[in-house]
Amino acid sequence: MRALRWVATVLCLSISSFAHAQNSPPLDSIAQRARPCTACHGEQGRATPEGYFPRIAGKPAGYLFNQLTGFRDGRRFFPEMTFLTERQRDDYLRALAEYFSAISLAYPAPVQTQASATALQRGRELVINGDPQRSIPACQSCHGDQLMGVLPATPALLGLSPDYLIAQLGGWQNGTRHALTPDCMATIIRELSSEDIHAVTAWLSAQEVPADAHPQAGFKTEPPARCGSIEATRE
Amino acid sequence: MKRRYLIVGIVALGLVVLGSWLVRSPDDDGYVEQSLDSGSASAELLERGRVLTRLANCHACHTVRGGEPFAGGRAIPTSFGTFYSPNITPDAETGIGRWTERDFWRALHLGYSRDGSLLYPVFPYPSFTKITQEDSRAIWEYLKTVKPVSHRSSPHTLESPYKYRALLRVWRALYFREGVFEPDATKSAAWNRGAYLAEGVAHCDLCHVARNDMGAAQSSPDARGGDVLEWYAPALNRPEEAGLRNWSAESIVDLLQNGRTTSEPAHQAATLGPMAEVVYESVQHAPRADIEAIATYLKALPEAASASSSRDRTPPRPATLAPILDRGRKVYEDRCATCHGDAGEGRPPATLALASNRSVTMDPAVNVIRVVLYGGYSPGTAGNPQPFGMPPFAQDLSDDQIADVMNFIRTSWRNDGALVTPDQVFRERTGPLW
Repeated sequence: MRALRWVATVLCLSISSFAHAQNSPPLDSIAQRARPCTACHGEQGRATPEGYFPRIAGKPAGYLFNQLTGFRDGRRFFPEMTFLTERQRDDYLRALAEYFSAISLAYPAPVQTQASATALQRGRELVINGDPQRSIPACQSCHGDQLMGVLPATPALLGLSPDYLIAQLGGWQNGTRHALTPDCMATIIRELSSEDIHAVTAWLSAQEVPADAHPQAGFKTEPPARCGSIEATRE
Repeated sequence: MKRRYLIVGIVALGLVVLGSWLVRSPDDDGYVEQSLDSGSASAELLERGRVLTRLANCHACHTVRGGEPFAGGRAIPTSFGTFYSPNITPDAETGIGRWTERDFWRALHLGYSRDGSLLYPVFPYPSFTKITQEDSRAIWEYLKTVKPVSHRSSPHTLESPYKYRALLRVWRALYFREGVFEPDATKSAAWNRGAYLAEGVAHCDLCHVARNDMGAAQSSPDARGGDVLEWYAPALNRPEEAGLRNWSAESIVDLLQNGRTTSEPAHQAATLGPMAEVVYESVQHAPRADIEAIATYLKALPEAASASSSRDRTPPRPATLAPILDRGRKVYEDRCATCHGDAGEGRPPATLALASNRSVTMDPAVNVIRVVLYGGYSPGTAGNPQPFGMPPFAQDLSDDQIADVMNFIRTSWRNDGALVTPDQVFRERTGPLW
């Protein structure tokens, strides 16, 4: 009888400690450390095009790392991001970049576009063919055939909100967003008019993301410009 | 009316004249000529200079984000206008390449620039005056070894009348007393080293002591902490703020060196905002013995008389607190409890306890409001390279919701903080983040 009671006690204790462990998963993880990120970028970095904050899940780690150091070192301007990154070391920012980069999640449907058919047509033309007369390369020539980015450091252009895309291209235009030198995007943006930017972002944000979307393994042909953001990852 | 201007003018002029008489000339700088070997400085002296330069945190103010070290240009917003830190690299044209060691000593010890003009006390010479000539030389020799950078800072943009440097004579006559730190023979060597570093080199007072309307540190031992860059730097001698008498020296060193401490359940803390910068840029790079000395000094600070209510801007508690706390509890259960625990007990090291945590209940409440709005990581240090962070809630919760949840936290689990209002939360949504 006493033995039975003893067994029951042990059983109860182990169940309760098991239950407790279930309620309180260990916090010493990179996921727990990334909670300040997911507050805005969505659980696991899955932010949808419904809002402003960009999705970070599945983006190339080199790209995410360059953005984190960019906020830290003043190349990008978004005070809330600078506040979170400004006193962190490269190794930690790289670990956070790799964590989000490795997350593979399905993409939601794009938001309904308000843009005119003419604007969408112009946007599609610039994305796929560029404008050789104005030395504007096609977006695809650097951002991948599927426009889902290229490893190691070129980001996807699909699956983002129109507001976010416009803010980024506008940021390059008015000098609040920079990439590492040589800043290839800055050179390209100088050739784009406001109408071009509107057209490109409208078309990009209206595209369905392919089911098997992921960054391309590497460039199939030599990209049209030298980009510091890519060269930095080779050092 | 005209007559009043005349009187004010005469008084001001009188003060300037009096000030000029009281302020010592730059030639009377107490500098002792040394028979120095004119060759290059020894490795030992340079290393000492490097450590002191870190502890004095020269780099933080004299470097812009992502910019060349010590090349200046960082904007320092104050109630008098915005100061731009000068270039202190050895560049001859735009830096301090033409300065002599004695010029540098005069800047540190007396607040004079090389051309004899007066420096604004945003450069903390009222603290640096305590630095010994040997240490001034070590810092000078070290700064001569950094990479020269050609960069001219923007001129300060100050309000009238502060843009008139001559008026600094009045300020100095009233508030500045030069003098190298004098050791107290009745105290231990560690205490003396800590006092020298904390009061002089590391100029803790610049932030942690309230300033008067003229920007001078209040001399009363009961002074509150200071307002700095939108944050509140708590008083280091008040048990309800950042007083450390009851802390173990181990925990103090842990906080200053690693940016957070969770080893003692009753004394968990993390640095955020300007103090995180001090840890990241300055203290973490200091030798452990120096940090221990500072801990010895801070632990021994005499306790201030209990807080006066004059600064207490919080409204009285309403008779019907219950509905506020009910709403606050719901927000807490929804957003906070997973990490901070049902009873605010925390889950260190990932999250700190909110129960019996003076950072949570402190007045003014500005720091904890900012932490809820903007989140934040403690600094990444050698001892804590992957710190945990608090998520931001500015994008997610309204001013009312934040005030409610803070009032729940500040009055639960034996916490006895004053209530905060949605207006207080709203005020922290504007202005720079650092």
